Amino acid sequence: MTSAVIDAHLSEEHHGPAKGIRRWLYTTNHKDIGSMYLVFSLVMFLVGGSMALVIRSELFTPGLQFVDPAFFNQMTTMHALIMVFGAVMPAFVGLANWMVPLMIGAPDMALPRMNNWSFWILPVAFGMLGSTLFMDGGAPASGWTMYPPLVLQTGDAFPFLIFSVHLMGLSSIMGAINVIVTIINMRAPDMTLLKMPMFVWTWLITAYLLIAVMPVLAGAVTMLLTDQFFGTSFFLAAGGGDPVMFQHIFWFFGHPEVYIMILPAFGVVSEIIPTFSRKPLFGHDSMVYAASSIAFLSFIVWAHHMFTTGMPLTGQLFFMFATMLIAVPTGVKVFNWVGTMWRGAMTFETPMLFALAFVVLFTIGGFSGLMLAIAPADIQYHDSYFVVAHFHYVLVPGAVFGIMAGVYYWMPKWTGRMYDERLGQIHFWLSTIFVNLTFFPMHFVGLAGMPRRIPDYSTQFADFNSVASIGAIGYGVSQLLFVYIVVKCVRRQGETATDMVWDHPKGLEWTVPSPAPYHTFDTPPRVTEGATFH
Amino acid sequence: MKDNGSDNRKETLQLAGRLVLMACAMFGFGFLLVPLYDAFCEITGFGGRTNQAAAVIEERADASREIRIEFVTTVNEYAPFEFEAQLPGMTVHPGGMYEAIFMARNLADRDMIAQAVPSVAPAQAARYFKKLECFCFSQQEFGPGEEKDMPVRFIVDSELPDYIDTITLSYTFFDTARLSDNSSAARHGSKQ
Ligand SMILES: [Cu+2]
Repeated sequence: MTSAVIDAHLSEEHHGPAKGIRRWLYTTNHKDIGSMYLVFSLVMFLVGGSMALVIRSELFTPGLQFVDPAFFNQMTTMHALIMVFGAVMPAFVGLANWMVPLMIGAPDMALPRMNNWSFWILPVAFGMLGSTLFMDGGAPASGWTMYPPLVLQTGDAFPFLIFSVHLMGLSSIMGAINVIVTIINMRAPDMTLLKMPMFVWTWLITAYLLIAVMPVLAGAVTMLLTDQFFGTSFFLAAGGGDPVMFQHIFWFFGHPEVYIMILPAFGVVSEIIPTFSRKPLFGHDSMVYAASSIAFLSFIVWAHHMFTTGMPLTGQLFFMFATMLIAVPTGVKVFNWVGTMWRGAMTFETPMLFALAFVVLFTIGGFSGLMLAIAPADIQYHDSYFVVAHFHYVLVPGAVFGIMAGVYYWMPKWTGRMYDERLGQIHFWLSTIFVNLTFFPMHFVGLAGMPRRIPDYSTQFADFNSVASIGAIGYGVSQLLFVYIVVKCVRRQGETATDMVWDHPKGLEWTVPSPAPYHTFDTPPRVTEGATFH
Repeated sequence: MKDNGSDNRKETLQLAGRLVLMACAMFGFGFLLVPLYDAFCEITGFGGRTNQAAAVIEERADASREIRIEFVTTVNEYAPFEFEAQLPGMTVHPGGMYEAIFMARNLADRDMIAQAVPSVAPAQAARYFKKLECFCFSQQEFGPGEEKDMPVRFIVDSELPDYIDTITLSYTFFDTARLSDNSSAARHGSKQ
């Protein structure tokens, strides 16, 4: 045990957490804030998931059965906004809060007070967004992309939608600033940039992406707001504006946003696969360069979402090839994960299972993305269920599985208890089977021409849709098992976790006791030879 | 970090400040995209954008070539107007000047202000389609039930690429009562 750990034990007695609700309201401790982010995102995941189940129940058979079309559209819109901004992004910020300081040997995040703010803005934002469900005209129903002029027909909910997006953006930007400053300024003395674990690296890149594009989204929705209330015509053709311009600005944010949601998952998986392969990460530095190139390319591909808006041939070719180019660094990553496993002494605990499923299923999502990148073919795929299948493959068995893998991997360190391995494995298999049952058939109905965002459909799509609905309900119910597993761990039931938790994992986070004390690394640790993977 | 606390604190705040500036700059960049996009459309004809003020071009008809011009009219949403082209289309020689008449009628029993927004397809033809005079250059006022014949005079530039033999000129008619007059005029001004 290092001296840092002993120090941590001492200081814990001096200033432990405050008691009761005030601990959570006023906390500036990165572990508390990380936990709050994770719990918040789990709640949002269940809320957004329930909305998905409303959608899938309605689509179980053709015809209208449970909800009217207007409410259906509200569900698709709210489901997307909640999952993107409420579940996936905060979950990664939560993981960053918990793990970045532990992985680089820092005592806390660099700006703890701001950290508290960036979390507490979120419940306000989502409270505001959720309240629109009860307003005149209902919740926003124009899709999460908020295209004008449709979005301008939103009822009383409109300004609340805009302000909640502003707040979510503000929270993400503050979180991102905190992550960057922490990584740049708070590393233990021997923790050079290229010694940093992949999770820290991918988060550093993600944080820069966030700072670059969240303000652009804020600008776009501000223009919507002034168009609606202050007589501007940014997007109103009658006043000389152009609604297509919104799509350009939105997707200038939107495409980097998809990497914001996946790069940290790349990082998590890059931590887990080496541990359970008992080998160093293959090609660590090339992983860093690959992630950086993905981030760079994400800025010059946005119009692949707009092939059907009418674009000169040169534009179509440029955006098509630039998009396909992203497959190269992504391929490097997948290759390196497989290379890490090659001839490793692999075992298949729950985190590893989720990580492996991530590699396979995310790659399927990547391939359907390549298909969508083909400009002439995209005209057929555009706005069909094929698109729905594509982005759900990269987001559910992609981003969400990445998060789940990370939670199983680090939860023993957070709680000091091993999760129930048997239940974890059951959760994994149920999730994997049902997620494919849900989203794989969507490829077929999409290719056959079923449009997205509709409450009713032609009877030829009935069979695949009921399969997808059964899958969705199965997937949703399986997540309750996850909640049970987490609650059990948090309530300190189950086997006590050792400090190392796994079989000689690398990284500073495993040098502190389990559960990680309230204060860690009050004095910077020595990064000894062999403590990291490089 | 207890050892060099104040030093580190200063660096932290400096870096955080720079990142805040970066975020603000990107917020500005979002708005900068608006004039950039306009300029881009103006230059390339992207999105079928055509000139919004009288073009100056010499008339010199090239009788050896014929181009078909098709007219499309749309009334936006609930605007209470009837709006049609007198002819469905016409055949022109590049370089020659032609006039087409569009007819609009106010179906409401009150004063109305309308704005026609033009668009040219294919987009590659947009910058060769020069309007010398157009009812779309300014807002049109209508009395209750008033009917108007509105002319557009244009020249198709003889530089028009060979592979284009048909050009569609489309107008969408908007009820601009929603937009305050000032902001709308200002925005049109900025386009020229
Ligand atoms: Cu994209």
